[in-house]
Amino acid sequence: MSLKTEKTDFSPPSLSWRFVSVWRRNFLVWRKLAIPSILGNLADPAFYMLGLGYGLGSLLPEVAGVPYMTFLAAGTLCYSTMNSATFESLYSAFSRMHVQKTWDAMLNAPLELDDVMLGELAWATSKSVLSGVAILAIILALGLADSWLLLWTLPLLVLIGFCFTGLALVMNALSPNYDFFMYYFTLAITPMVLLCGVFYPVEQLPAFLQAVANWLPLTHAIGLARPLVQGEWPQQILAHIGVLLAYGSAGFYLALVLVRRRLLK
Amino acid sequence: MSLNAKAVLSATGLRKSYGASEVVAGLDLALVSGECFGLLGPNGAGKTTTLRLLLGLTRPDGGTISLLGLPVPEKAREARLKVGVVPQVDSLDPDFTVTENLLVYGRYFGLKDHEIQARIPALLEFAELEGKAEASIESLSGGMKRRLTLARALVNDPDVIFLDEPTTGLDPQARHMMWQRLRRLLGEGKTILLTTHFMEEAERLCDRLLIMDKGVAVTTGAPRDLIAEHIEPHVVEIYGDEVKSNCAGLCQRQEQVGETLFCYAADPHDLLAQLQQQCELRYLHRPSNLEDVFLKLTGRELRE
Repeated sequence: MSLKTEKTDFSPPSLSWRFVSVWRRNFLVWRKLAIPSILGNLADPAFYMLGLGYGLGSLLPEVAGVPYMTFLAAGTLCYSTMNSATFESLYSAFSRMHVQKTWDAMLNAPLELDDVMLGELAWATSKSVLSGVAILAIILALGLADSWLLLWTLPLLVLIGFCFTGLALVMNALSPNYDFFMYYFTLAITPMVLLCGVFYPVEQLPAFLQAVANWLPLTHAIGLARPLVQGEWPQQILAHIGVLLAYGSAGFYLALVLVRRRLLK
Repeated sequence: MSLNAKAVLSATGLRKSYGASEVVAGLDLALVSGECFGLLGPNGAGKTTTLRLLLGLTRPDGGTISLLGLPVPEKAREARLKVGVVPQVDSLDPDFTVTENLLVYGRYFGLKDHEIQARIPALLEFAELEGKAEASIESLSGGMKRRLTLARALVNDPDVIFLDEPTTGLDPQARHMMWQRLRRLLGEGKTILLTTHFMEEAERLCDRLLIMDKGVAVTTGAPRDLIAEHIEPHVVEIYGDEVKSNCAGLCQRQEQVGETLFCYAADPHDLLAQLQQQCELRYLHRPSNLEDVFLKLTGRELRE
């Protein structure tokens, strides 16, 4: 009698402002624990930056034409944002989905799984941007950047957060338990931290590892962030943005398909 | 069809399979406004899957569902605006206080903060949690958590309330308190769909119920009618090894289960007279109840 378009597990995400209530739920939890959370955002990467920057930096004349601390700043900015998005979308989202049954409670209300997932995406992205902003504050406090171009890192942080949240949500959708996430850290996050130019230029690597690095999203995040921190316009802006958007979007869509199959069966 | 026409919630020919096993295999049900409807069945009968289908949380393989006049799953989200759900597994937010749980849940319905705040005192009063407004979830007893979950399900002033085993794990005091609250809701005109393993609960609360097994309805009707239809009015349970043949002829039907003999009788007078002479025997005489119906229709073997 009526034409209805059947929704399937593979339907595109249905986007609606309803995700805001999910975001606000997570924000309210975060607000209660804001001080330790911000401290964690600041302290860990700050010690990396200061320790390696001063310690290792004093042994190096310059890296890629700038003091090592400056070089390291952009890398830290990106990997810290990546880490924050990843942790939130793995451990925290998994406890909401699987352990605390928070998602189930939401699905009994007039929210759809797509709303919940979009809320999680927006939330983990927000939280990772906050981590990035904490690093920016350190960069400014140490006087490592003095160009207005640094402001462009703000939208870049959103893009980095989106990219790595999308990817991590795939792991969340697949995971039977918390231990599963070690695979992702060992096989994806750690290689990226070590190969994608956080601590040294990718050009220092042998050709085949450079080729690998070029496929990894963190390389492209750093490709944009490093020039901006150093007060220059990046090269190949659209290509870098395209890679980050592609990883994030493909990840989010795949995560949505997987989580529909997991929870709506 | 007349029942379906004025139904608040109806399903016809509902089917759902997982792999080769058909968990819901052609189920029909209809709830009229203001009634308490019980969905009973042993573990694995398909109750929880049925609830998920009715709420639009999973797509049926066949059949049609209408919830508050809206087709499910197509318009399930819109229908859930006027539905409250008390799930089987506790899903309260452990990071929040009692009040925050209600506030955050109300936001999922698109309610404004001031609207929810205005409702919270009445919800706390309903759940008898007035003194616990700022308490953490962890500090609540099992009964308090259940009542808060019920209050949470009322935050949107629903027309229909789904309760999946609302009193499992509660002590008798907490269970009676829960029953009182549910009766109060029925008094306010709410429609309730309830699953439970407690036949006593179903008998006390439900206007009508449906017993399902292996995905299909075994029987449906009012508790009293079902008992009258399926079981003799009196049951005498006799315990011990040596009771086997004593009672044949003194009751309509008897059933040996382990060391217990169940005798079903229209008039238990002669049977009781004989039992009183055998003072070594322990026995219990009681009216037949819904549990007798349930066990007769779904069998006694364990479902695990």
